[in-house]
Amino acid sequence: MHQTFDAALGINLLHANQAGADHNREHFDEWGITCLNVMSSPGAGKTVLLERTLEALSSELKIAVIEGDMTTELDAERLRQYGVPVIAINTGRSCHLDSKMVAGGIHRLAHDYNPSDFDLVLVENVGNLVCPAEFEVGEHAKVALLSVTEGEDKPLKYPVMFREANCLLITKMDLAPYLDVDVSQIEANVRQMNPHATIIPISGKTGEGLEAWLDWVRSQCDRKIALSPQLSIYG
Amino acid sequence: MHETDMTKALIITVKDWWESQLDRPKIESVHLIVGQFTCVEPVSLQFAFEVQTRNTFLEGAKLVIQETPLIAFCHRCQQDYAPEIGLQYACPDCQSPMEDIRSGRELKIDRIEYADNSAVTTGKSQV
Repeated sequence: MHQTFDAALGINLLHANQAGADHNREHFDEWGITCLNVMSSPGAGKTVLLERTLEALSSELKIAVIEGDMTTELDAERLRQYGVPVIAINTGRSCHLDSKMVAGGIHRLAHDYNPSDFDLVLVENVGNLVCPAEFEVGEHAKVALLSVTEGEDKPLKYPVMFREANCLLITKMDLAPYLDVDVSQIEANVRQMNPHATIIPISGKTGEGLEAWLDWVRSQCDRKIALSPQLSIYG
Repeated sequence: MHETDMTKALIITVKDWWESQLDRPKIESVHLIVGQFTCVEPVSLQFAFEVQTRNTFLEGAKLVIQETPLIAFCHRCQQDYAPEIGLQYACPDCQSPMEDIRSGRELKIDRIEYADNSAVTTGKSQV
C-alpha cells in the first residue's frame, strides 16, 4: 500500500542566509562596527557615493569597504585611493551578495586588521534592484540609491527594495534639470510603501545633499555607539 | 537568477530533514508558501528545482508552491486592503502609506509529503 505522510517544517526558505547574517551582525556588534548595505541598480552611483563618503568621513571615522561588484576589481581600485581597506568579493555571476560571501570579507578584515578599531563597514552590493533586497548580509541599515535617470516608476516596480530601505538617496540630482523627471513623484512613490525611510536627494558632482547623507551616516554610527554595551572602548 | 540560490537553500534544508529521518523516506512533494510581495518568481523556482534535484534524493519530487496575496492593513481605516503590485501600494480609501503587511512576505518551506519506505522501493540516490 502506498501511504503518504506529512512533515510540517515551517522553515523560512532563506533561514540559512538569515542565520549567517545574524552571525555577521554579532561580529559587527562585538567590534562596535556599524554596517550599512548599499544597494541600487547598476550605474546609479554607489561607487561615487562611497568615494564622496570616504573623502569626507575617513578622518573622523575608521571605515572599511566590502566591495561586491561583479568580476572586476575596478571599483575596489577606485576606492583604495582613499586609504581605507577595501575587501573585494568576487561574486562571480551571482546577482547579489549573501551573508556567507560577506562573512568571508569580515574574516579577511579581522585577519588583516584589528576589527575593533573600525567604526563603519560599507558594503557595496551587486548592482541589482531585485534580489539584494531579500538577502540580508548582517547590516544594521539598508541604503538604496535611485538615480533620477531611472524614472519615477521604479519604486512601484521594485517595491521590495524600496520597502526595505532605511535610507533612500535620489542620486544624480545635477541631471534633473535636463530630464523630464519629477523628483517629488519619486519621493511620493517611495512613501507609498515606505513611510519611514530617510529620503535625501543628492549629487556626487555638485555636493547637493551630501551633508545630509553624511549626517545620516553619523547618526547610524552614533546610535550604534549608544547601543553598544562596550561603551568604555569608545572612551 | 537568485531562484537558483533559493533552490539550493531549499534543497539543503530538506536534506537536513531527510537525513535526520532514520528510514530516509522517499520524498514525494515539497510544499512552499511564497508571498507575492517577495522577489521570488514561482515559475523560475519550479524550473530551478526541477534542474537541481536531478539525480539527487529529491529526484522526481514535486514542488508545490502556494502563493499568498499581498494584503496590507490600514490603521486609519481600520481595514485590510489588497495593494496593486506595480501600481498602487497606499490605502485606496485614505491614501495612507502601506505600513503593516499582513500577508505577502512569506518565503516558507511549509511541509513535506513522503512515502512510507516499506511500501515504496527507493533507488540508491545520492546528492
